[in-house]
Amino acid sequence: MLNIGGLKDGIVLDHIQAGKSMDIYKYLKLDKLDCQVAIIKNARSNKMGRKDILKIEGGLDVVDLDVLGYIDCNITVNIIKDEKIIEKKVVQLPKKLTNIIKCKNPRCITSIEQELPHIFFLADEENQVYRCAYCEEKHK
Amino acid sequence: MRHLLSPLDFSVDELDRLMDLADDIKAHPDKYKEACKGKKLATLFYEPSTRTRLSFEAAMLNLGGSVLGFSSADSSSAAKGESVSDTIRVISCYADICAMRHPKEGAPMVAAMKSQIPVINAGDGGHQHPTQTLTDLLTIRSLKGHLGDMTVGLCGDLKFGRTVHSLIEALVRYPGIRFVLISPEELRVPSYIRENVLDAGHIPYEEVRDLETAMSSLDILYMTRVQKERFFSEDEYIRMKDCYILDRAKLKTAKPDMSILHPLPRVNEISVEVDDDPRAAYFPQAQYGVYIRMALILDLLEITV
Repeated sequence: MLNIGGLKDGIVLDHIQAGKSMDIYKYLKLDKLDCQVAIIKNARSNKMGRKDILKIEGGLDVVDLDVLGYIDCNITVNIIKDEKIIEKKVVQLPKKLTNIIKCKNPRCITSIEQELPHIFFLADEENQVYRCAYCEEKHK
Repeated sequence: MRHLLSPLDFSVDELDRLMDLADDIKAHPDKYKEACKGKKLATLFYEPSTRTRLSFEAAMLNLGGSVLGFSSADSSSAAKGESVSDTIRVISCYADICAMRHPKEGAPMVAAMKSQIPVINAGDGGHQHPTQTLTDLLTIRSLKGHLGDMTVGLCGDLKFGRTVHSLIEALVRYPGIRFVLISPEELRVPSYIRENVLDAGHIPYEEVRDLETAMSSLDILYMTRVQKERFFSEDEYIRMKDCYILDRAKLKTAKPDMSILHPLPRVNEISVEVDDDPRAAYFPQAQYGVYIRMALILDLLEITV
């Protein structure tokens, strides 16, 4: 078992699919933050075999739960205060994504109007298919 | 305030009411000739589409309203780099309703998000062309008296033809619809229509290559043009363009009350000798297009007569 007690106040993203922690690091723009971030890769897990863990110092505001849900909806978000888990949040596949992924359809209006937000809707929950709100192209 | 961006924006009941209104307009045109007096329709056509633009303009003029607009991006402020959002905010000051044709998919939706007036999608790239679908539905209902319980043959370019995709999505909402999808292998209906619309809705359909063998089972034959602009290579277009040519000989086995529809313009996929056949409904279809656009303008402007 891994000890998460080293973090006084912050967030632990647990049960990340092994190998996905750097994607999350990138999507959450953690490289832009001043706080401490610990990345644990390929940790042993009874449930998953192997998993990644991210420990982030600071409040929940640094984490966009929609981003997490989109990357891996099995992630558990543990909120730590005074070295104790005070809350566990389960992320879900978000119904709508704004400015997280970009539409790559060259025929889409977003390809010529740069200021438009890139909005996607969850079209097929079972297969995790998102479609662009403007052109309805499937995101690949 | 309401917009029309996709043919599915209206429920079946709302569509019925819209088509009832179109029927009444057809039967009593004089009743509506001043219904939009003092109202202005802006036709914002960022790419040329003479037929659709004139149909909208005819619809507004028949209602006693007036029209303004542009017919290509070159003659609009888009040439100066103005965004769709900015254009629609300005046009909202000049007109009461607008019809937008744009080569980029989703442009009318962007306009609707910022608009102070109802926006009608008059075609956005290969995405949607809802007033064509409304036209097709009104034509079928007028000719057959109903919209369910029939076999609809769709022939030609079923891959890139947005009118075909929209029509399938609109027709599956009526009971007893069956499809015969007639196309070469390369121009089959996209998998998302087969899987998400037909299979998911348990709609009976078959895919065939040969028009003549399918002919006798059809109540509606919807022909489409193989569109040159959808192909990346000239060779591929040339290989596909003459796949299906409907002529008198092919119609021999067709039902006497089958109706032939086509969104127009046609090139050579329907021989001119078919034009005199009583089953040819593609020119009346253009007339129905004006009636349904008149009904739509009245509905979106919330004008009752």
